[in-house]
Amino acid sequence: MADQGFVISVLAAAITAGTPILYAALGELVTERAGILNLGVEGIMLVGAVSGFIAAVAFESSWIGLAAALLAGGMVALIHAFLTITLRANQTVCGLALTLFGTGLSGYLGKAYIGMPVPQPFVAQSLPFLSGIPFIGPIMFNHDILVYLSYLLAPLLWLFLTRTRPGLHLRALGENPAAADALGINVFFLRYLYVCIGGMLCGVGGAYLSLAYAPSWLENMTAGRGWIAVALVIFALWSPLRAMVGSYLFGGIDALGFYLQVKGVTLSPFFLTMLPYIFTIVALVAVMARRGGKLAAPGALGLPYDRESR
Amino acid sequence: MLFPCAVKLEKRLAPSTAMTLATPVISVILALLFCAVFLALTGQNPLDVYIAMLTGAVGSAYGLSETLVKAIPLMLCGLGISIAFRMQLWNIGGEGQLYMGAFAATWVALSFPELPAWLLLPLMVVVSMLSGGIWALIAAALRAKWQVNEIIITLMLNYIGSLWVSYLVHGPWRDPKGHNFPLTAPFSPSALLPTLGDSRIHAGLIFAIVLMVLLYVVFRQSRWGYEIRVIGANETAARYAGMNIKRNIYLVMLASGAICGLAGMTEVSGIVGRLQPNISPGYGFTAIIVAYLSRMNPLAIGIVSLLFGALQVGGYYIQTFGVSATVSAMLQGAILFFVAGGEVFTQYRLVVKSVKGAVARG
Repeated sequence: MADQGFVISVLAAAITAGTPILYAALGELVTERAGILNLGVEGIMLVGAVSGFIAAVAFESSWIGLAAALLAGGMVALIHAFLTITLRANQTVCGLALTLFGTGLSGYLGKAYIGMPVPQPFVAQSLPFLSGIPFIGPIMFNHDILVYLSYLLAPLLWLFLTRTRPGLHLRALGENPAAADALGINVFFLRYLYVCIGGMLCGVGGAYLSLAYAPSWLENMTAGRGWIAVALVIFALWSPLRAMVGSYLFGGIDALGFYLQVKGVTLSPFFLTMLPYIFTIVALVAVMARRGGKLAAPGALGLPYDRESR
Repeated sequence: MLFPCAVKLEKRLAPSTAMTLATPVISVILALLFCAVFLALTGQNPLDVYIAMLTGAVGSAYGLSETLVKAIPLMLCGLGISIAFRMQLWNIGGEGQLYMGAFAATWVALSFPELPAWLLLPLMVVVSMLSGGIWALIAAALRAKWQVNEIIITLMLNYIGSLWVSYLVHGPWRDPKGHNFPLTAPFSPSALLPTLGDSRIHAGLIFAIVLMVLLYVVFRQSRWGYEIRVIGANETAARYAGMNIKRNIYLVMLASGAICGLAGMTEVSGIVGRLQPNISPGYGFTAIIVAYLSRMNPLAIGIVSLLFGALQVGGYYIQTFGVSATVSAMLQGAILFFVAGGEVFTQYRLVVKSVKGAVARG
């Protein structure tokens, strides 16, 4: 560890690379906590990325872009909510459909925007005082505002889930909707709400790529990050704080590939690009094997709720 | 309730046959309408786009033959995926298995170019099927041993498989005479599947038809086909009936991946004649829709593959007018979610009740 500057830049890059995954993972976590499996994360991220980009170009403001991504993510998730909650459709198939549709739609809408720059991308702004902390400062507090927001979002979501009454209700939706219903919790409305909120967060994850990380639009620019986020929720055992750690771990693997190349490691770039996917498999297997294949997933995850068969 | 109970779903006593048949058709129509909204929003005339797609796909002899050419890998992958789907095993890795099949077939073709066709082609078939099958077995083993989600694993293996092929054609397998393009050397003539006349329709079509019939019989008549269906419908019941679930996870994924691997072989040997990156425009993904839309019925997969082959060719055709080919991907996704949403109506019927009555019921 002679080269401290190198370590700092890799760790700082791990955070930026992990942030889009973190937003998407938190979105999926909220959705799954409500008992709905949404495998459309990859598609929603792409729609978020492209609509954020288009709005940012049209209005010359990345904040408006972000708002557009929120809205678009929520709208796409609403389709999933309608199909799975009202029509009780197969959640796995609907999620896959959403990913395929989102990939196609984003490719179609974004065709004219390939290679265009973002007028005002989110750029790194180092925080006063905090960025001065040795080692930690340059790693954690020299980023764009969306990174800082995600620092707040994950702990707040954890507090919400574990310490508040609405958070308890949210968990009840996913654990035992019939019991929640009996307690007078509006299962249908709240499941709709949380699926949409989850979609909005996935949309932000996508917009982070097109407005801050890249910042540009490319067809299929998420490159599997949505699926990594789905895996991460399992890896994190449905806990927002573990999801945060996991995201930076994945971000680190992502960043490491790039920095190894800079350092002149003679490994084909194709293998370096493979790393996050291989790591996803390894991480998922590690967590499953350690727990003997049994996880404390939300009890009613993936099951449609039919009030009459209560 | 979000909707004040004016419309209700009521469980049917028996699944409706009429709805089972009508859902796919209605879904396609609704998907066309749904995507028309996005086309219109971006200033395209949806009708013009759809007519252009149709013309491109079936309006000429060339279009028709291309539709058939695109339908071949869709049939193969659709058949492969349908085996797993029947057991509610979500093999989303058809794309990666196709790439691994193509890789293995290329390895055989480039290693033994002197072999006669009657020996070389079957060898390529076997090795590509093994390769695709083994690729799928990774997910099967993890699922059987530790309940690892096969959707995520097969998906990750898609990325790894296609990057592996990219690595080979950019690196060790790059043709030194290929002007630095990422391509392998062309196959020897004995490694090429015969084609129909001077069209691009190749013998992969025969593989697809044989497998279609074979799987139809297996699903209908064999004990194995029966086991797969029972496990898919009710795993607990299947376990009580003494069926070996784990062994079937392995077998089903092996068969599923092997057929997708074969699709990779027919693409390199029947169409391209060498290995290159992007040998598939997402056949493995489209095949998911094909399998689901066909309700995993092998004969229906044949027909639906033609429809989606046409969609693919139509997508390429409209590119010549500056409309993105991704329209066809958008349509495919929309069709799938309308099918998934429409499925409910085979089990439930829609009942319209007065809002007052609903309020009275609380």
